[in-house]
Amino acid sequence: MADTLLESGPDLNAQIDKTELGDVRTEEMLVNMGPQHPSTHGVLRIVLRTDGEMVLEAVPHIGYLHRCAEKIGENLAPYQYIPYTDRMDYLAGMNNNLAYALAIEALCGLEVPPRAKIIRVIFAELNRIASHLVSMGAYGLDMGAFTPFLYAFREREMILDMFEAACGARLTYSYITIGGVTDDVPDRFIDVCREFLDYFEPKIAEYNNLLSFNHIFVKRTANVGVIPAELAINWGLSGPSLRGSGVKWDLRKVHPDCGYDDYEFDIPVGCGLKGTTGDCWDRYFVRICEMEQSVRILRQALDRLAGTPGEVKHKAGKSVKLPEDEIYYEIENPRGQLGFFVQGDGSAIPYRVKARGPSFCNLSICNAIIRDCLLADVPAIVGSIDVVMGEVDR
Amino acid sequence: MTAEAIAALLKEQFGDAITATRLSGAHPQVEVRPDAWRRVAEFLRNDPRLRFDWLRCLSGVDYIEDKQLAAVYDLHSTQPPESPNGLWSARHEFCVKVRVPRDDPRLPSVADLWGAAEWHEREAYDLVGINFENHPDSVDDHDGRHPRRILCPDDWPGHPLRKDYEFPLEYHGIPAVTEMGQTRPMH
Repeated sequence: MADTLLESGPDLNAQIDKTELGDVRTEEMLVNMGPQHPSTHGVLRIVLRTDGEMVLEAVPHIGYLHRCAEKIGENLAPYQYIPYTDRMDYLAGMNNNLAYALAIEALCGLEVPPRAKIIRVIFAELNRIASHLVSMGAYGLDMGAFTPFLYAFREREMILDMFEAACGARLTYSYITIGGVTDDVPDRFIDVCREFLDYFEPKIAEYNNLLSFNHIFVKRTANVGVIPAELAINWGLSGPSLRGSGVKWDLRKVHPDCGYDDYEFDIPVGCGLKGTTGDCWDRYFVRICEMEQSVRILRQALDRLAGTPGEVKHKAGKSVKLPEDEIYYEIENPRGQLGFFVQGDGSAIPYRVKARGPSFCNLSICNAIIRDCLLADVPAIVGSIDVVMGEVDR
Repeated sequence: MTAEAIAALLKEQFGDAITATRLSGAHPQVEVRPDAWRRVAEFLRNDPRLRFDWLRCLSGVDYIEDKQLAAVYDLHSTQPPESPNGLWSARHEFCVKVRVPRDDPRLPSVADLWGAAEWHEREAYDLVGINFENHPDSVDDHDGRHPRRILCPDDWPGHPLRKDYEFPLEYHGIPAVTEMGQTRPMH
């Protein structure tokens, strides 16, 4: 080893000279990023083909968290499968429960009581805020800002307390179920939630001062990892990753379910405020703006909940029989469109369950956009897509 | 366009290649013969009347009683807004099902038409065993040329979501049994 080093001495020197001259390209090298890299948000492994500081190609390798979630769905009645769905995207358990429940209800023609619809909207939006808070905090961590993470978790804690009061769980809720929700909201829930919204709304400006408009953060994320709108649609991107590219597309507007068409809210999109439309900063900022809109929806929903008494669950929810039919149903999750393909065969257990996770599709664009960028930009790009590996691998 | 109009247009364009049409029920769809799928896919993607630019989902299904595997393509066509700040909307959505024989499950890849298909096709090969030919990320091994596996390890035997899949009792020295000691789940 020492001999070869000595022998290649002059060459090494030549290379060092080249770097000093400002040429960052040297020779190709494969770098394994993950599966235990802190900025890959779980067990994601990306093999980078690098040339000095430049990344020529990035190939994601997934499957480290594969738990055969779809196979489990083919062995359980829909009501029993609900607890497995919130283990997919574990940061947005409520929304995952909702997606499967809506798919089964649409397949079986089950009508949900009006009060349950409002409760579903409330919890879906609260979970959207909680999920975006983690996304914001973790993205700050990726970019070297530790403090915003603590601020984000301070507010998320309050949301989790409300979830705990409603269903007893803090991460995997199984609260939204086939035919409605498992139980009515606890006493004083409306007041506690209103207090939280009054407290939370001014905090968004605080996040912006702390992170969004921080000079270093903007420098690291603006004009990095630009995804043009057409490319985003072709790769099936959805959620904030798609809207960051300026596409004003949201399933809550396109195919409103749970009565979303009765609520007033806007769809924030990226417009290149700090750089180019579709860059990492745009994708990040769409999430911040979505939290404001969720607060708007929540205020309207709480008003409606107070004036809508009644049942919160359809009695047939536990004992549905699936017809010999199939359905593909999608809803807007915090990370994008979560879809369930369910094939029934006349029995109580589905013949086939397929989950189309938004993180899975959003991550597949990786190789197309991480190309000829700097090595330090890779965490910025991967973090801005905001993947949850539990859902990518299912 | 309504599902009826899309089905009628495909029928007019491809005739016998459209083997079945199912418009009632929760999932309006047509079934396409596998040898015509590539032509149909290009038509769906490029025809200005249809312009399905968004592949939402590709689900592989094992219809073991019919001795068939099926690839279910769910498609969206997006409509850009007229005003610069307007909402995008869905022009139409549709589903195409392609059934292939279980003993020779081959389909042409459409990953060049929809980028999203690349990972979905790898997943459908990995879990259900539909072999997508000319896939951009293919490998050669003892199973022949096929898309690279995505969720299971590269040397995993069999396709776990097939209905007759037998759970391996050992993998590289790691013992593996299911919770109930069963090697064949109910379905």
